[in-house]
Amino acid sequence: MKKENLKQYIYGIADNVLILGQRLSELCGHGPSLETDIACTNIALDLLGQTRSYYQYVAQLFDEDKTEDDIAFLRTERQYKNVLLVEQPNTHFGYVIVRQFFFDVFHLQLLQQLQNSTDETLSAIAKKAIKEVSYHKRFSSDWIKRLGDGTEESHQKVQEAVNDLWRFTDELFHMTEDDIATLESGVGIDVRVLKDKYYQQVKEILQEATLDIPETSWFQKGGKQGIHSEHMGYLLSDLQYMQRTYPDMKW
Amino acid sequence: MSTKLEQHIDPLLIPILEKVSDPEIPVLSIMDMGVVRSAYVKNDIVNITITPTYSGCPAMDVMGDDIINAFEDVGKKAKVALVLSPAWTTDWITPRGRKALEEYGIAAPLEAEADKEALLGGKKVVKCTNCGSSNTKLVSQFGSTACKALFQCEDCLEPFDYFKCLK
Ligand SMILES: [Zn+2]
Repeated sequence: MKKENLKQYIYGIADNVLILGQRLSELCGHGPSLETDIACTNIALDLLGQTRSYYQYVAQLFDEDKTEDDIAFLRTERQYKNVLLVEQPNTHFGYVIVRQFFFDVFHLQLLQQLQNSTDETLSAIAKKAIKEVSYHKRFSSDWIKRLGDGTEESHQKVQEAVNDLWRFTDELFHMTEDDIATLESGVGIDVRVLKDKYYQQVKEILQEATLDIPETSWFQKGGKQGIHSEHMGYLLSDLQYMQRTYPDMKW
Repeated sequence: MSTKLEQHIDPLLIPILEKVSDPEIPVLSIMDMGVVRSAYVKNDIVNITITPTYSGCPAMDVMGDDIINAFEDVGKKAKVALVLSPAWTTDWITPRGRKALEEYGIAAPLEAEADKEALLGGKKVVKCTNCGSSNTKLVSQFGSTACKALFQCEDCLEPFDYFKCLK
């Protein structure tokens, strides 16, 4: 494993969390109800906190002169290694919940493996984050059921989101070169082995929510290589606005 | 299952640490919160390590600054570092801290099983901090901060926060 592999590997994990956190924080003050508004922004806060731990670690490992803020705000689009799922927009609340649910199930599995990493810092971050992410998963699973088994309209809307976002789930289980290099040295984990259990868990909850499981074999990918969807540029222009406009600004 | 709190704290420093409170829950000192992991003096510098409660808790940065200021007030230089492992659990809140929480109007965390039943199963096990009744309902799984959920008493109608169990 080269140092660069480790850096890219951490970006792969941390960027998912940053970008999803950014999407959720867009709902601050705009959630469909006070309860869900507070929930989404609380989850965003947990995710941003986790992101900070990962980026601080990268900064400490590689670039003494770079800070967590440089990593978060000053990279170009192709340098972000998040999956396409997390950058998808908050089209409506059904999308927010389905995106969260699809990610939470994966995220918890990932962290449960990562806590056994031979890298002590990654293991510590994972152990801490597991506690938070279990709660996120409870929240999103609960809402999948409430919406799916709710009114005719909520059912139809959440089904629409499931059908639309399903094609982004397969990418979660792709291994990049960096994933393979870090796996071989005991630092990274093998996401391929999580796949069966993931789909089994997701399907169980969708069925309980009376939702149909999409029957598509076509899946979209690219985010892990830095090739993002059109939405990513808009998201980054929001995320990076202050640092780009007022370089080195501080609160 | 849950990790025991291991602290290495110079007893002489405790009175100063006890003066520093959680900025979001002012009745709770950082000692009662169980976030201080070690505190010792080396080469005239006070070295403190604290464990974050939640990863993104904005109170942690403030706590760090408050600790440094508290030692500055008594003419000492302090350095604060964060340690992630072992991760903080609500079991580390002291009995005195739990009492302070309740008096402040925040229901203290229940055991893991009861907590699950209260937050997911709709069981009436969280006691109202105003009248003590267990006839309470969950209003929101998330509250004013990441560590709390919102409840309401169905007897006296008081809305109150519940500090979620974290293990
Ligand atoms: Zn009451």
